[in-house]
Amino acid sequence: MEKIPILRMGEFLLVTIQIDMHDQLALKLQDDLSTAISRNASKGVLIDISSLEMVDSFIGRMVADISGMGRILGAETVLVGMQPAVAITLVELGLSLPGVATALNVERGMALLRQKIDADGADDGQR
Amino acid sequence: MTASVKSGEAPVRSEHDIVLARQQVRRLAQELQFSLVDQTKMVTAASELARNALVYGRGGTMHWIILDVDGRKGLRLKFADEGPGIPNMELAMTDGWTSGNGLGMGLTGTKRLVNEFEIDSAVGAGTRVTITRWK
Repeated sequence: MEKIPILRMGEFLLVTIQIDMHDQLALKLQDDLSTAISRNASKGVLIDISSLEMVDSFIGRMVADISGMGRILGAETVLVGMQPAVAITLVELGLSLPGVATALNVERGMALLRQKIDADGADDGQR
Repeated sequence: MTASVKSGEAPVRSEHDIVLARQQVRRLAQELQFSLVDQTKMVTAASELARNALVYGRGGTMHWIILDVDGRKGLRLKFADEGPGIPNMELAMTDGWTSGNGLGMGLTGTKRLVNEFEIDSAVGAGTRVTITRWK
């Protein structure tokens, strides 16, 4: 069966979506990611969609759900690499992905994840 | 004068068919030399409507037509299903409204992605949505 690989890099998980996903595959990724976050006690998830030529409301919802689920499990999610045409279309469709952190590319996404995790760590220290 | 240059249809009976419909629309939009943004809008609109036809209409068909009106080219898609139909059209065309597990952006969102949008539905008589994007 088709599967989108989830790579582990220390306390982060990295997912690169390179194929046009059918709905079940998107749901499976959501499932696999929550399992992986919990098993590895991951602090951050980076989702690279630079190869995706389209994001519709279903995939948009999946991304928003992963982000919300991850937060509950203690992981921050950053979505990176969205193509400009995809961004324009998403906004016109009415999806602005509230609550989903985004960055232009993987490098900036990683920096944003680190920043978010460091900020969380600082909060914990004050308690 | 309106002329249909080329037309065809594809089934929308499974999730895989949604992917195939997207790919077909991408090919047609590229053939018409739509800009990348316009291609993406049309493909996304097709994906939304194909999913609607499958999830709410229990499957249907996508008809596509390449139009030529006095040299102006366009792509028209019609999604037809034999499902239960939409009982309250006004409600269905409200931003944020959803009968199922969507984000409530399906129909109104799709309308914003295209130049022309027509919907025809009645309880027990299925739903037909026609969208057109001009180059």
